Amino acid sequence: MKFADFVSVKAVNANLEAEDKEEVIREITSSLLKAGEIEESQYESIVSAILKREELGSTGIGRGVAVPHTKHPSVDRLVGTVGVSPEGVDFNSLDGEKVQLFFLLISPPDRPGDHLRALENISRQLRDDTFCRFLKQSKTAEDIQQLLEEADNNQFGS
Amino acid sequence: MKPKAVAAERMLARGDQIQVVQLMSEPRATRTVVVSNPQGLHARPADQFARLASSFKCKIELVKENERVDGKSVLNILTLAAVQGTQLVLEAEGEDAEAAVAALAELVEQSSEENE
Repeated sequence: MKFADFVSVKAVNANLEAEDKEEVIREITSSLLKAGEIEESQYESIVSAILKREELGSTGIGRGVAVPHTKHPSVDRLVGTVGVSPEGVDFNSLDGEKVQLFFLLISPPDRPGDHLRALENISRQLRDDTFCRFLKQSKTAEDIQQLLEEADNNQFGS
Repeated sequence: MKPKAVAAERMLARGDQIQVVQLMSEPRATRTVVVSNPQGLHARPADQFARLASSFKCKIELVKENERVDGKSVLNILTLAAVQGTQLVLEAEGEDAEAAVAALAELVEQSSEENE
């Protein structure tokens, strides 16, 4: 699976302003709402489902990366986006580091395979230090989009 | 005397020359497991696996077909995209290899409703 298969380009944000976990999840989910990827009536339900998932264990997987996610019946295909926080957010990560890169995923409940393949793609690309560094240095949504495209064209990682 | 050396001597006493060669290097343990979680080895089970793996001293690798990754890294485990039914080989090398493989195999194979 490629980034282009699940990342909502319109919702990509290079300047997340939130300073804590709940705020940043709200900020990224709002971007998906504004991009028309989720329904307004489902916003609170999606945010609380993502927060509930975080209570079970942080999705901050290290290297300044987090993959907040949930299953939600209101989506009929995997929806996701990317956000970059220049300052970093305390996300109770496994390695204790602040998170700068967020990949938020909302999956239909009956598609665990798609969710896994999205995680596979994200983790495979993030293993590459250059991709990680460039993403953290992104100044605009266009920078991020370009990096995702390059990653999809196998210009990073394995 | 170190346990490793004792084991090596015991093997020598048995005259098992081939085994001794292995024992002179680090102990190894291998186990093939099948992912039982209906959701596959997604973020949380991968996290649990990496945490448990990290509690052991030995080197731990996970092998899926021709891919081999560090079992102590969530990021690396996630690159396997191991769906339910995937066959994985656990390989450990180090003094606590046997215990590590046993504990990790149990984690992967437990049919875990709470891990969905």
